[in-house]
Amino acid sequence: MWDTLLFYLAHAFVWKALIVGVLIALCSSLLGVTLVLKRFSFIGDGLSHVAFGAMAIASVMKLTNQMVLILPVTVLCAVLLLRTGQNAKIKGDAAIAMISVGALAFGYLIMNVFSASANISGDVCSTLFGSFSILTLTDAEVWLCVALSASVILIFIVFYHKIFAVTFDETFAKATGIQTGAYQLLIAVVIALIIVLAMNLVGSLLISALVIFPALSAMRLFYQFKSVTIASAILSVTCAVAGMLISILKGTPVGSTIVAVDVAVFAACCLLGWCQRRLGR
Amino acid sequence: MSCLTVKDLKVGYDGHAVAEGISFQVNAGDYLCIVGENGSGKSTLIRTLLHLQEPISGEILYGEDLKRGEIGYLPQQTVVQRDFPASVREIVLSGCLPHIGIRPFYGKAEKELAAENMERMGITPLANRCYRDLSGGQQQRVLLARALCATKKCLLLDEPVAGLDPKVTAELYELIERLNKEGVTILMISHDVGGILSYCSHVLHIGKKVYFGTKEEYLNSSAGKAFLAVQEGGRD
Ligand SMILES: Nc1ncnc2c1ncn2[C@@H]1O[C@H](COP(=O)(O)OP(=O)(O)OP(=O)(O)O)[C@@H](O)[C@H]1O
Ligand SMILES: [Mg+2]
Repeated sequence: MWDTLLFYLAHAFVWKALIVGVLIALCSSLLGVTLVLKRFSFIGDGLSHVAFGAMAIASVMKLTNQMVLILPVTVLCAVLLLRTGQNAKIKGDAAIAMISVGALAFGYLIMNVFSASANISGDVCSTLFGSFSILTLTDAEVWLCVALSASVILIFIVFYHKIFAVTFDETFAKATGIQTGAYQLLIAVVIALIIVLAMNLVGSLLISALVIFPALSAMRLFYQFKSVTIASAILSVTCAVAGMLISILKGTPVGSTIVAVDVAVFAACCLLGWCQRRLGR
Repeated sequence: MSCLTVKDLKVGYDGHAVAEGISFQVNAGDYLCIVGENGSGKSTLIRTLLHLQEPISGEILYGEDLKRGEIGYLPQQTVVQRDFPASVREIVLSGCLPHIGIRPFYGKAEKELAAENMERMGITPLANRCYRDLSGGQQQRVLLARALCATKKCLLLDEPVAGLDPKVTAELYELIERLNKEGVTILMISHDVGGILSYCSHVLHIGKKVYFGTKEEYLNSSAGKAFLAVQEGGRD
């Protein structure tokens, strides 16, 4: 097995995939706590469907760099969803459902009607569940991904304390003069960036798993915002690397393997947390 | 010296008034108690004072030395998600956020301020505990310490003692009184009229008839007597 692994690691494309995978896993775990606790998870889910729709349009238009379309569309939708969500709570949920299901349906429709490809269902399946495209990344795609993840990480570090305050108690933050609206916008834009990034790795249906599982696992074991954030970043990266190596060795689909590892780690963390509490008392 | 002046204020939601004709003045160092029945608009008034919502009409004037964001706030109900992972220290520190402006991290001054306020509230031993595992009284102290980090001048407290037992209530009142003696202006909503009237200096009564005056004036006014009678009656 080691030999096979070393054989693969001698190839540049495997390293590219690993670098991109680690970066995406790191980014997606950072905002996990915020997303899980702020009940933003459904926005993440909705946006991933929007990204799928945008990708369908981009592939029909035969854009060489699909990001040019997917990125602005998803960011725009993130901002729109947040706005409607603030105005009326119940309508906000409905708006998200409408946009996400609508985007999904239109994406599939467009792909079916206009696509020249012979293997439509294969295309659709790979956009939904991730493909091996992560193993065929061009240098330009790798750099774009590095740049995007670097900015996500930078934004998160610079605004860490503000994000904490806005997530923990928005009313208090607002009362003390913090521009909560602006930070929410920032969070929404960053979520959109993460989703577009993560789509490469696990496909649009599995993105939420990548965002949510590491945070939930870390929350079983730690009780401070800082330690939960650090732990979920470490867990997410470890799971991503493990998942990618397994998928390379066994030839399983990349995205689902990573998510499967995430789920297994979550179960382990639940057990550990349970033991921890038992021993603590 | 006046730090907050309110003139003929009308507050409410979506243009629909909840309370109107509110006029009062708070001077630095005052201890104002806001009383009134459930649903009379006390919390709405506080939220309006904090710019969390717009007044329907009327004026709110802040004193020169009381800038926006220099008011500490203790909400009636803090809607914190049940399993939010946050330690006491992290929460108290988050009160210092207005001071750091565009800087990304807390400096030494903010950390010292947070430590000082945790000491003041007697929660230093809890610093690394998780907020959601604390008792109601301990949680209130944490939020009070956070509010104190945001301000040195003025605190708005919305029913800080709701749901606390008599002993903890008395302790919290004493803490608040000590803060007031140290020069912090206090505006506090409370239903515990009997307990609160021994501490405060002024009373604002919100209801169909708005009353504002010093504690002595209030106790002798018809509004005050009527309200106290109802409250006492309710207690028997
Ligand atoms: N978000 C809201 N939208 C519309 N109406 C509201 C909203 N919040 C409160 N109200 C209404 O405004 C009125 C005043 O509410 P408020 O919370 O200010 O009362 P209160 O004096 O603080 O009462 P309590 O003593 O129970 O805390 C109530 O009739 C309430 O139904
Ligand atoms: Mg109230």
